[in-house]
Amino acid sequence: MVSRIITGAHYGLRDWLAQRITAAIMAAYSVILAIVLLTGQPMSYPVWRDLFAQGWMRVATLLFAVSLAWHAWVGMRDILMDYVKPTAARLGLEILTLLLLAVYLGWTVQILWR
Amino acid sequence: MTITAAAKKRRPKYLSLPAILFEIRLPLPALVSILHRISGLLLVLPMTAWLLYLLDASLASPEGFEEVRGQYLRQPLVKLGLIVFAWAFFHHLCAGIRFLLLDLDKGIQLPAARATSVAVLAVSLLLTAVFAVALW
Repeated sequence: MVSRIITGAHYGLRDWLAQRITAAIMAAYSVILAIVLLTGQPMSYPVWRDLFAQGWMRVATLLFAVSLAWHAWVGMRDILMDYVKPTAARLGLEILTLLLLAVYLGWTVQILWR
Repeated sequence: MTITAAAKKRRPKYLSLPAILFEIRLPLPALVSILHRISGLLLVLPMTAWLLYLLDASLASPEGFEEVRGQYLRQPLVKLGLIVFAWAFFHHLCAGIRFLLLDLDKGIQLPAARATSVAVLAVSLLLTAVFAVALW
């Protein structure tokens, strides 16, 4: 048996698990939103505005946005690790990815609580 | 039997892009996998930015809502973009469900893995078609 006692090392299990949990959250939100939109009143501005004015919808949408950012970070990092070999380029693209996801998150909060 | 250095295969072997695109026929599960990556990338950029822009504009004011719904979303190019989004979303969702099942050791035998790959490709295209018809 190989015992690896390396302080601070982890083998990606947390990322793997987080990607799957956030995927389930986003899938559930998507299905609920689709049902709400398809079974609700005909779409108009008051209907649309009132939908996103409700507390549960704002919280659910924020949860979706956080899930998306986390999920996308794991996925984008996987892609960059696989295809971008030069360290400097990969690090640069990883930083850009994090910035992009942070902008998405901030923008979502701004839209929901304006 | 002796193996000379020249006879040894050089590893790792890097494949040219034309070889990847035109010479190698991907097994169906591999096709689903690479499309999962491509669709995921598309959803992060540009689709999320685009949809946030639309959400922002449509929630900002009644005029913004009308502009998005009455004018912007009626343009053929915009509708085409929405259909691309729909395919990326449905494919990513269906393939994602398949990967979750694989994680649970469901459908890992080759015949089952091939069958679910076909199902993912077919169902996501079907849902995209339904979306496209409803949109147009």
